Amino acid sequence: MNNLRKNRLIDETFRYFGIACTLFGLVMLAIFIGKILLDGAGRIDWDFIMSLPSRKPEKAGILTAWTGTTWILGLTAIIAIPIGVAAGIYLEEYGNKNRLASIVEINIANLAGVPSIIYGLLGLEIFVRTLKLGGSLLAGAFTLALLILPIIIVATREALKAVPGSLREASYGMGATKWQTIWYQVLPASSGGILTGIILSLSRAVGETAPLIVIGALAYVPFIAKSPMDEFTVLPMQIFNWVSRPQHGFIVNAASAIIILLIITFILNGIAIYLRNKWQKKINW
Amino acid sequence: MKNIQANNVDAYYGENHVLKDITLNVKEKSVTAFIGPSGCGKSTFLRMFNRMNDYIEGFRKEGEILIDGKEIYDKDVRVEELRQNVGMVFQRPNPFPKSIYDNVAYGLRIQGIKDKTRLDQAVENALRKSVLWDEAKDNLNKSALSLSGGQQQRLCIARTLAVEPTIILMDEPASALDPISTSKIEELILELKVDYTIIIVTHNMQQAARISDKTAFFYIGELIEYNKTKDLFTNPENERTENYISGRFG
Ligand SMILES: Nc1ncnc2c1ncn2[C@@H]1O[C@H](COP(=O)(O)OP(=O)(O)OP(=O)(O)O)[C@@H](O)[C@H]1O
Ligand SMILES: [Mg+2]
Repeated sequence: MNNLRKNRLIDETFRYFGIACTLFGLVMLAIFIGKILLDGAGRIDWDFIMSLPSRKPEKAGILTAWTGTTWILGLTAIIAIPIGVAAGIYLEEYGNKNRLASIVEINIANLAGVPSIIYGLLGLEIFVRTLKLGGSLLAGAFTLALLILPIIIVATREALKAVPGSLREASYGMGATKWQTIWYQVLPASSGGILTGIILSLSRAVGETAPLIVIGALAYVPFIAKSPMDEFTVLPMQIFNWVSRPQHGFIVNAASAIIILLIITFILNGIAIYLRNKWQKKINW
Repeated sequence: MKNIQANNVDAYYGENHVLKDITLNVKEKSVTAFIGPSGCGKSTFLRMFNRMNDYIEGFRKEGEILIDGKEIYDKDVRVEELRQNVGMVFQRPNPFPKSIYDNVAYGLRIQGIKDKTRLDQAVENALRKSVLWDEAKDNLNKSALSLSGGQQQRLCIARTLAVEPTIILMDEPASALDPISTSKIEELILELKVDYTIIIVTHNMQQAARISDKTAFFYIGELIEYNKTKDLFTNPENERTENYISGRFG
């Protein structure tokens, strides 16, 4: 009897502790977003979005930053998606399941956890110096592509694994080759999961700052990038640059830019969640 | 002649010796039933006739499996061609998550056939043969997953027929279906036997007795008895067969 009461007490205590922990996280996030909105929402207007950077906070805008972010996002996607998906397909469907394969597998999972600044150093050495791309969009995109490749590979493999064996059997049983089975059945059935992984990885790339600083992206770029070889800045770098200025006006600008960056990330994540739900419904046959 | 001939076949999953020295012939345009307790190797044996075990790691086969006198495990056999000739229907209906039309046309499309009239004709023929045409003709573009389980299974049969096989393997094709759908599948099998050689695995003794010409009884990897269905069920030669069909074990 006594024991039962004790257990129930522990149970209750843990319940409240759990609720408190959850609330702590949520409240902190709410305070953060609330503060950012208070500081920055009033500053966002068409001019802010369409203006070049300036030494005067009230004139400065994020045009170069968000165009740079868009460029980077597009180039990174073009580089990372085909390589990542192809590698995922190879490892999951074609690679032998031997010791070497499991070593590769563990290492890819580990790569996803390597601090992003290390990727920046790698990018600096390979793309900026050896390939002489300089601090260009292309160098940045290649560096970020390296960073998100493991995420795409792992997501692709998970999505392929989730395709029921009965679907493959059905296709093979009809006389389909391995490639036909992958192309016509397995990939369509796993596309939702693969897309989700791609979008989540891109939303991570959008927020990365450290590797781009390392490869020499500039905080102050007074023109819009017109080609992949141009120098560039991105939203998080612009934010980083503004918060380190003494004038209060730039702090407000930074808050506004943070709101824009958050909106972009939320939209990307929203698409990913939407696709995941749609895909989960579809796969239950 | 379309004979299936298995000579001294052994099969292994790694160390696990699951089929032991099996010899058995199947005549063309007949229905052969494989029966036996769970785990005795019926599915393994059935899946050897279109080499569906090829993808299972550690699987190994010994002995001969001849179709029309040709060893199907030979290096020069294209496994895709083999499977066009030896179709398969699985235990759980597994239509592709595509339209009814696309399901039936799949086998031809992967052979590179694009001609619309030819595909239309093949789809209609296959659906008629599997007695699904009347139910499906107005919904050819609807998802196959919207069909009932029994209809899905007949669609899977139609899909198999569309590539014009001569042999059809069925692994408990009705075990996931209700009695009415089951009897429809049984009727269909009896109709198909006129043109096709059919091997069916079943746990349903009445079903084996109703639809098959010959029955093979397997027990822990061995072929215990193989005979005309009527004889095997009324007058089994082996005691274990008798125990099994009378429901005393299994
Ligand atoms: N993919 C596999 N890998 C390893 N062993 C397997 C595999 N499939 C089947 N086996 C083993 O082979 C033996 C025969 O299995 P099989 O599926 O052929 O039996 P079955 O007669 O079809 O049984 P059931 O009536 O339950 O379908 C079993 O002992 C099983 O454990
Ligand atoms: Mg079985």
